Amino acid sequence: MSSQSAIAQGVDHGAAHSVDHSADHGADHGSVKSYLVGFVLSVILTAIPFWAAMTGYFPKSTAIPLVLIMAVVQVVVHLKYFLHLNFSVEGRANTFAFLFTALIIVMVVGLSVWIIYSSNAMMMH
Amino acid sequence: MTIMTEAAYLADDSIRQEDAHDHEHHDTGDTTVFGFWIYLMTDCILFASVFATYAVLFMNTAGGVSGRDIFELDYVAIETAALLFSSITYGFAMISAHKQNKSATLAWLMVTFALGAVFIGMEVNEFHHLVVEGNGPSRSAFLSSFFTLVGMHGMHVTAGLIWMVVMMIEVVKRGLGSKTVTRLSCLSLFWHFLDIVWICVFTVVYLLGVM
Repeated sequence: MSSQSAIAQGVDHGAAHSVDHSADHGADHGSVKSYLVGFVLSVILTAIPFWAAMTGYFPKSTAIPLVLIMAVVQVVVHLKYFLHLNFSVEGRANTFAFLFTALIIVMVVGLSVWIIYSSNAMMMH
Repeated sequence: MTIMTEAAYLADDSIRQEDAHDHEHHDTGDTTVFGFWIYLMTDCILFASVFATYAVLFMNTAGGVSGRDIFELDYVAIETAALLFSSITYGFAMISAHKQNKSATLAWLMVTFALGAVFIGMEVNEFHHLVVEGNGPSRSAFLSSFFTLVGMHGMHVTAGLIWMVVMMIEVVKRGLGSKTVTRLSCLSLFWHFLDIVWICVFTVVYLLGVM
C-alpha cells in the first residue's frame, strides 16, 4: 500500500467515525423484495415505450416525450432499487457524486445538441 | 518530504490497528466500492460524449440506410429482456454472497453470465448482418456513430463477462471472504450501470430511430 492511499484511508476513517455501521446491512445491499419491485417496475417501463414505438398507437408528438419520460423514470428506478442510491449518511457521497455527474451530462449532451442543431438550422435553411 | 509522509504513514497505521477491533475492515471495503463508483461516474461522462456525438450525426446517412430501415424492435426487445433479467439475477447473486451461500452465489453468477452472453451474441449477430449487407461503420456518419455507441456498450458488457468468469473462479478457490465480496460489489455496480446505459441506448438509438 502506498503512503498516500494510507493517508487517504486515514482521512476517510476519521470522517466515518461518527457513523453507525451496524444498521447498513440490508439497506445497502438490498433485499429480494426490493430487487423484485425494481424488476417489475423496469419491465413495465420497458414494455410501454416498446409497445408505443412498435404499434405507432400515439402520434409522434406524444410518443417521443412518452418514450423519453419512461427512460428517465426507469433510470431512477434502477438507481434506487438496483444500485441502492439514497440520501442516508453512508450513501450520500455516492448520490451526490452521481448528481454532479448528471449535471455535467446534461451540459455536455444538452448544450452540444442545442449548439449543433441551431447552427445547422441557421446555415442550411 | 519523505520523512513527513513516512511519519504520517506510521501514525496512520497505528490508528488503523487500534480501530481494527471496532470496524472489522468494513471501511476499507466501503472506500474501495466508493472509488469504483467514482470511476463509473467518469465512464458515464464518456458514454454521454458518445451519445452527444450520435445525436449530432444520426441524420447524416450519406444516401444510405437510416435507423428506420435497419432496426428491428422485436430483436432489440429480446436483447433488452436478456440484460434486464441479468440485472436481477446478479442482484440475487449479491444477496446470496452476503448470506455467505457459496453455491447459490455461483449458480446466480452463472445464470447472469449466460444472459449476458445471449445479449452479446445477439449484438455481434446484428453487427455481422449490417456489415455483410454493406452497412458497416464506414458507410455513413450515422453508421459510424451507431457502431461506436452500441459497440462501446457491447465492449463494456464483454469486459463485465470476463470479470464475472474471474470472480467465479475466485469464489470457487477462496470462498466468500470480505475482499471477494467487495470485488463482487464492484462488479455489481458495473453490471447495473451497464443496464442503465442500455436503457439510454434502446431509447435514443432504437425507439427514437424507428419513430
